[in-house]
Amino acid sequence: MSKDIIAAIKKNVIQGRKTQEDVGIDDNLARTPGVVELVQQALEINISPQVIITEGLTAGMQVVGEKFSTKEYFIPDMLASAEAVGAAMDIMRPVLEAANVETKGKFAIATVKGDIHDIGKNIVAILLKGAGYEVHDLGVDVPEEKVVEFVREEKPGYLGLSALLTTTMTEMGVVIKALEESKLRNSVKVLIGGAAVSNEFAQEIGADAYCVDAFDAVRVLEGYQQTG
Amino acid sequence: MPRKGILVDRPYERLTREQVELIHQASMQILTDPGLISFNREAVDILHSHGAAVESIPGDHQSWQVKIPEQVVLSAMNSAPKTVKLGARNPDNTLIMHGDEPRVYLITGSETNIWLDVDFPTYVNKTDPTREIRVPEFKPRRGTVDDLCQSAHVCEHLEMVDGYIRTVNIQDRDITEDNKDVNKFFASLNNNTKHFMSGLTSLKQLDNVVRMAELIAGGKKALEDNPIISFITCLVKSPLQFVDDTTETFIEVCRRGLPIVVSSSPQAGTTAPIKEAGIMAQINAEVLAGITLGQLVNPGTPVLYGSVPVRARMDTLGDSYGSVETSQYNIDCVQIARFYGIPNYSTSGVCDPKIPGQQSSIERLFSDIVVTMSGPQFLHCAFGLLDCNSVFCLLQAVLDDAHFKMIEFFLRQPRVDQPELETMLKQIREVAATPQKLYISYIRPLLRSGEISGVYPFEGDGEADDVFELAYERMKELLARPVEHIDRETTARIFEEIPGILPRLNIYESGS
Repeated sequence: MSKDIIAAIKKNVIQGRKTQEDVGIDDNLARTPGVVELVQQALEINISPQVIITEGLTAGMQVVGEKFSTKEYFIPDMLASAEAVGAAMDIMRPVLEAANVETKGKFAIATVKGDIHDIGKNIVAILLKGAGYEVHDLGVDVPEEKVVEFVREEKPGYLGLSALLTTTMTEMGVVIKALEESKLRNSVKVLIGGAAVSNEFAQEIGADAYCVDAFDAVRVLEGYQQTG
Repeated sequence: MPRKGILVDRPYERLTREQVELIHQASMQILTDPGLISFNREAVDILHSHGAAVESIPGDHQSWQVKIPEQVVLSAMNSAPKTVKLGARNPDNTLIMHGDEPRVYLITGSETNIWLDVDFPTYVNKTDPTREIRVPEFKPRRGTVDDLCQSAHVCEHLEMVDGYIRTVNIQDRDITEDNKDVNKFFASLNNNTKHFMSGLTSLKQLDNVVRMAELIAGGKKALEDNPIISFITCLVKSPLQFVDDTTETFIEVCRRGLPIVVSSSPQAGTTAPIKEAGIMAQINAEVLAGITLGQLVNPGTPVLYGSVPVRARMDTLGDSYGSVETSQYNIDCVQIARFYGIPNYSTSGVCDPKIPGQQSSIERLFSDIVVTMSGPQFLHCAFGLLDCNSVFCLLQAVLDDAHFKMIEFFLRQPRVDQPELETMLKQIREVAATPQKLYISYIRPLLRSGEISGVYPFEGDGEADDVFELAYERMKELLARPVEHIDRETTARIFEEIPGILPRLNIYESGS
C-alpha cells in the first residue's frame, strides 16, 4: 500500500499533476488523485515524510529534470511538476517542523526597486519551492530597506535579486551595500539574475552568484547545500 | 486518402479581377497579333485544322507564324480538366488538384547538373591552438545515378515534400542519351513512393517509361486511374515560339493522356517585357497556346498551367530568381491560372547563391512564404536547389523541409469564435486573480497537441551556430531509414521488358 502511494506520488510529479483536477501528459490519469491528494493519503497512513520526499517527490523531480535535459519536457512541464512538489511541501511543512526535520532552508526573492518585471522571479520561486526550499516572495519594486528588514527578521539563508532593466540593475548593488552596512551580509548568500545582469556584474557588486536562468538558480543552491 | 498539402484559406492576390481580365484580353490579342512562331510542323497542322491562321516564314529553318483565334483558345480551355489527379506508388501520396482550390502541394526539382557534397573540417585558431571550430565546406561535382537514388530516398522521408521531380541530372559514364530516361525514372520511382514528374531527354524513350509506370501501377488501366508519373515540357520558348522537339514530345505525351505541365519561363527584361503587365500578358499567351494545342491533340488531357517567370539580373542578364519581382510575377500567374480554373504549377525558393548560407535562406524563404500564400496547386519549391537551379545540395533540402513546416504552421486558420473567446475570458479572469499572474499552466494541454509551433529544429546549444551540422545529422538519419522499393517481381519484369536500365540499380541482383 505505502509503496503504491509513493510510486503514485512520483508518477504524478512526473506528470505535473498537482491535484486531481489537473491534466497531465497521460490522459489515463484524468480525475485520479494528484500529488496533493496522494501526499495527504500518505500522511494519513503514517508514511514517513522523509520517504515521501526522497522516494516520491525528489525522485519524481529527478526524472522530470532528466526529461527536460533531453528536451522531452519543456519549461511548462517542469513548472507544473515543481508547483505540485511545492504544494506537497506546504502540506508537509507542519509535519516536518513537528518532527524537527531539517529543511533545505529559506529563500527570499525580490525584484529590486524601480523594476516591476516578475516573470523570471516567479519562475525561480516556483522551481525552488519545488526543489524543497521555503520560498518567500517579497514581490516587485522592493526597496532595500524592506529586503534588509526581512533578512534581519526571518534570517533566510539565501536571497535572490532580480532586475530586467539596465536602469534598475544598479539597485542590486544598493541592496548588497545596505546588507553590509547592517552587518547582515555574511548571514545570507546573495544570488542575482535577470536579462540585464551578468557574471561580471555580480562580481562587481559583490554578489555571491550570478544565475543565468531559473534552473541555474536551483543548481547554485544545490551546490551550496552540498558544500554546506 | 490524398495528401493534405497546405490549404490556403484566403490566398494572397496582387491583381484585381479587372486587372486579370485585362491581362486575359491582352493575351488573346497577342495570340492573334503577332501570334506565335512554330518550328514544329505537326503543331501548325493541328492548330490550322482548328481555325488558326498559318503562314510560312521564309528562312533557313522551317517555321510558321500561327495566329490562334480567341474562340479556339476558349473552346480548348473548356475541355481542360479543372481537377487533376497525380497518382503515386503509395496511394496515400496521391495529389488531387482543383483549379479553384488554393491547396498547395510542395514538389522538389529540378534536374541540376551539379551535386554539392558537404563536409565539416576542423580549423585551429592560429593564435590560440586550443580553440577549434568546424566549418562547413561545400564541394561541387557532377551528379550521378547514385546521387539521384539518395535524393529520392531522402525526399521520400521529408515530411513536407508532396511529390518528387528529380533533383539531379545523371551524368555517369555509362549513361547515354538513349538510356538516361529509363534510368532516371527507375532510380526515382524505386526510391520514392510519391508522385514522380519529369521531362524527357529522348522522345524515343517515352513508351519505355510509360510501360515502366504501367508495370509498377499494375497495368495500363491502373496507370490511367493512378497516374504515378507525369511530364513537364517547355514547348514554348519565350518570346512566343513553339520549339520543334519539345512540342513533338508534348504532343506525344498528350496522345497518351498522361498529366503534363505546359511550362513557360520568360525572363523579364530579355525574353519578355520587364514591366509586370507585359510579362504577364506574354506568359499567359504562351501557356494558353500550349494548353490549347494539348487539348486539340487529345481533349481532356490533364494539364497544369505551368508558369516560371523570372527577372533578369542587371549585372549579367542571367536569371535572378532571388529578385522580389520574380515572386510578384509568380503570384500573378497563380491568380491568372485560378481565373481559368486550371491547376497551376508555380515556382518558389529558387535562389541565386551557389552554397547554403544567409543569402540562400533569405531569398528562398522570401519567395517560399509569399508564393505559398498565393495558393498554387503544384509548387515547385526548389528543395535543395542553389545557383538558380543549377546546383543541388541534400543538406539544403533538409533545411527547406523544416522551413516549409514553419510556413505550413503559419498558414493555419485562426480560431476565433464565441466558445473560444469565452474560454479565454475565463482563463484571463482566473490568472488575474493569482499572485503570480502567469498563464504558463494553460500551455501544458496544448504542448503535445500540435497547436504550438516547435523551436527551430536545428538550433544548437549555446551561442554556436550549429544549423548546418544538425541538418547534416538529420540528413544522415533520413538516409538510414529504409524506403519501400519496387517489389522483386515487378523489378524483374521491368528489367526484362525495359532495355537500358543499369544492372547496378537492381537491388535484388546487385546486392546494393
